[in-house]
This record gives sequence, structure tokens and C-alpha cells, in this order.
Amino acid sequence: MDHRTPLARVRGLGSAREGTDHFWKQRLTAVSNFVLVCFLIWLLVKLAGADYATVKRTLARPQNAIPLLLLVLSGVIHMRLGMQTIIEDYVHSEGRKVAALMLNSFFTIAIGLTCVFAVLKLSFGA
Amino acid sequence: MAEAKQAIQRPLSPHLSIYRPLINMMMSIVHRITGTALYFGTLLLAAWLVAAAMGEEQFALVNTLFGHPIGKLVLLGYTWALIHHMLGGLRHLLWDTGRGLQIWQVNVLSWMTILGSISLTLALWAFALVLRGGL
Repeated sequence: MDHRTPLARVRGLGSAREGTDHFWKQRLTAVSNFVLVCFLIWLLVKLAGADYATVKRTLARPQNAIPLLLLVLSGVIHMRLGMQTIIEDYVHSEGRKVAALMLNSFFTIAIGLTCVFAVLKLSFGA
Repeated sequence: MAEAKQAIQRPLSPHLSIYRPLINMMMSIVHRITGTALYFGTLLLAAWLVAAAMGEEQFALVNTLFGHPIGKLVLLGYTWALIHHMLGGLRHLLWDTGRGLQIWQVNVLSWMTILGSISLTLALWAFALVLRGGL
């Protein structure tokens, strides 16, 4: 039996029972995105105008592929949380809101997996 | 049920349209807009990676699209959105610690975000163009 008062059970969690989870993950991925996007910019500047063989070889190197994979993971989590907030702020009809939130999850997961697949294929594929 | 409640017309407090635009308010709006642009802009990164994974022909096609003047303009906009959102994010991380919240600091940080993002974008593109020797 739970002897805690109703207030004690919800304190720090908020009405959605997630507490600061959303806030914290958004900040966590903001910090990792900053580092990883700096890497991406450096990589893209280096590859600007490069031929196909060079691009393929460069992207297949573990020291480039691993940060790219980390960026995709960190990026899509950040994107999903950010878009979720925008949807919750501006879409007021309950049905459309739920649909938009679902599409948000589908889009971010699909784009994330697509990028991961491409990077892995470049690394392991023929 | 939620729909039924919304039908009641309650008085609303004045919103955005009655305020004089301030730099911090503009930067807040632009942060959301750039975030949304980057959200859909990941399609460009995905297209590039998938094309590279598919083969030389597909990669050449994507490169031709990105190399078209409109494609270049989109990429320039994407670069700016990315840098702007990053600088705005740094400002928010600073604010999260409770620092930089004096009015003058808020204004300076907001101006630094927009001026910094424009100059960094131009510097980056100039650097990349010099590196590959022209457009």
C-alpha cells in the first residue's frame, strides 16, 4: 500500500508524469548536436566539390562514420522533441494534434533510420 | 469533449500583434522557424547520404541539383539556419543557468545571435569557395 500523500506522488513530475524529461533531453541533445554539427560542417567543407570516390572513401572511414551516426541519433531526438513542442503549441484540435504528433514520430524515425542505413552501407557495403 | 469546451468564446489577452517588435522576441520566433526549417532540411542530408550509398550516378544527380543556383541558395539558407539555431541554442543554454538575463544582456546576446549567424555563414561559404577554387 502506498502511504504517500497525493502531493508527494506527483511532486516534480507534472501532469504528464514525465517531470523535466523533455526539457532535459532537449538540452542534452542540444549540447551533443553542437559538437557533432561542428564536425559535420568541417566534413562538408572538406568534401565540397570532391569527386564520388573521395566522398565514398571519406564517409566510409570509422572516424567520420561514427560521428555521423551519433549526429543522426542526437539530431532526430532533438528534432522530434522540438517539433512536438511546436505542434502542442499551435495545433489545438485534439484529433489533428494527435495525428501531427504521430507523423512527427514517423518522420523523425524514418529519416533517422534512412541516414543510418546509408552511412552503414557506405561503411560495410560494396 | 475538448472540442465542446473550445467552442466557448472567452476573452483573450492581447497577443503578438499589439507589441512593438523587440530583438529578443524576433530571435525567439526565428529560433522556431530555423528549427522547423532544419527539421525538413534533414531531407537534404538524407538525400545526399542515400545518393552516396546508392552509387556514382545517383550521387552525380544530387550534386547537380545542389549545384544549381536554386540548390545553392537552399544550401546557403540551410547553412544560415543551422548556424543561427546553434548560436540561439547556446544563448538558451546560457539563460538556462540563470546568467545573461539583464535586459541589456538579453539585447546584446540577441543581436550577437543574428549578426554572428550571418557573418559566420558568409565566412564559411567564402572559406569553402576559396578551398575549392570558385563557385
